[in-house]
Amino acid sequence: MSDAALVRARGLRKEYGTGEGLVRAVDSVDLDVAAGETVAVMGPSGCGKSTLLHLLGGLDRASGGELHLAGQRVDQMSERGLARLRRDTVGFVFQAFHLMDELTAVENVELPALLAGKSARAARKRAVELLEQVGLADRAGFLPPALSGGQRQRVAVARALASEPLLVLADEPTGNLDSAATLEVLRLFETLHEAGQTLVIVTHDARIAATADRLISMRDGAFVDETRLGGSAAGSLASLAGLDG
Amino acid sequence: MRQEVILAMLAKEPSHGYELRSRLARALGPLGEAMNAGQVYVALSRLEKAGLVAGEHSPGLADRPDRKVYALTPEGQLRVAAWLAEVSWPRPGLAEFHLKLVAAAAARLADPVSIVDAHRRELLRQLRDGQRAAMAEPDGSDAALLLEGVVLRIQADLRWLEACERAWTTRKDKER
Repeated sequence: MSDAALVRARGLRKEYGTGEGLVRAVDSVDLDVAAGETVAVMGPSGCGKSTLLHLLGGLDRASGGELHLAGQRVDQMSERGLARLRRDTVGFVFQAFHLMDELTAVENVELPALLAGKSARAARKRAVELLEQVGLADRAGFLPPALSGGQRQRVAVARALASEPLLVLADEPTGNLDSAATLEVLRLFETLHEAGQTLVIVTHDARIAATADRLISMRDGAFVDETRLGGSAAGSLASLAGLDG
Repeated sequence: MRQEVILAMLAKEPSHGYELRSRLARALGPLGEAMNAGQVYVALSRLEKAGLVAGEHSPGLADRPDRKVYALTPEGQLRVAAWLAEVSWPRPGLAEFHLKLVAAAAARLADPVSIVDAHRRELLRQLRDGQRAAMAEPDGSDAALLLEGVVLRIQADLRWLEACERAWTTRKDKER
C-alpha cells in the first residue's frame, strides 16, 4: 500500500491465557488502511474482529507485532499516549450506541470536546454542526430514549466525529437496528466516505460490509480472504428481480 | 440438473451408473427423491457421445447401461474444472451449487471453502449494487420496495454461504 496508509499493522497479535489454554484472538494480522478508505472486517462471532478493532483504536494493547496509526507507533505507546490517541485521533461507534440517557443529543455530542478542554461555546457550535451533518438538527434537545434506534446511532456517529478523528472505528454499528434504521446508518456512512473519512467497520451484517471499498474475512483470529468491491456484472440485479429473459 | 453435475460426481473415481445415483441421493437427501432414476443414465450417454466420459463394459457382464463403468476423459476433466471455477449467481440452483461443493471435496479437485469465497465475493458485489440502488430511491417508493426484496434475497443467499463455509471448514479441520 502507498505512503498514504493511515493504519499500518504488521504481525499484530493478541493472545489470552497460556499453554493449553492459549487463545490467539488476533493472529499475525497485516493490515493497511489508506486515508479515505472504508474497510469492513467480517467474520463469525468470536473470530477476533472486535479485539482487532480495540487494538487499532488503542482500547487494548497488542501482545506482539507493530501498529502504526498516522505515523505514530501505537504498540509502544504509554498509557497517556493511548488516552490521547483515543481522544484526538480515533472516533468510536458501538453496537449499543453508548449514549448517556440523561443528556440530550447535543450534550452527548459535545461531551468529548468539553472533556478535551474546549470552551463550552466552541463545543456546542461544533456539536450543532455535527447533528446537522447527520440530519438530526431538529432532534438536538431530545433525550436518547425519545429517539429511534437509527437516530440514536446517528447521534453516536456525530459524537464519534466530534474530535475530527483521522479514523472512525465502528463495532457492529447496525447490530441493534431494524432494516429501515440500518439504511439510515448506511446512508450516513456513505456520506462520510464521500467526505473522505477513513472508516474501519467490523460487522457480520453483509449490508454494511457491502458499502466498503474493501472487505476482509476473518476466521480464528486471522485474515483469510480479501475482496475489493467493484461493480458486479451488469444486469444481475435485474436478473435477481426476475426481469430478464 | 446440468450435466456437469454428473460429470463432476465422476471426478472422484470411475463408477457405475447406480453408484453415481446413490452418491447423488446421499448428497441430496429427500430432495433427491424428486430426481428421475433415468436422468443419470440419459446424462451419461449424452456425456459419452460428447466425448466427456468413456464407458467401458465390465468384463463378463451383459450389455446393460448399469453394468458400464464410466470414467472422465481428459476433456471431461477440463470441463469439470471449468464448472467448479464458474461463479453462477443469481441463478445458481441451490442443488447445483451444493453438489459442486460435494463433488469438489470428494474428488479433491478444489477447496470447497475457496469456491464459497468466490461466490461470496460476487454476491457482496451484487449486494453493494442493490443497496446503492436502494439508497438512491426515495424512502417508501415503489422502486425502493422492489430493491428491498432484491437486497433481502442476496442476504439470504449470503447467510447460506456462511453456513456452507462453516460446515466445510469443520469437515476440513476434522480431516487434518
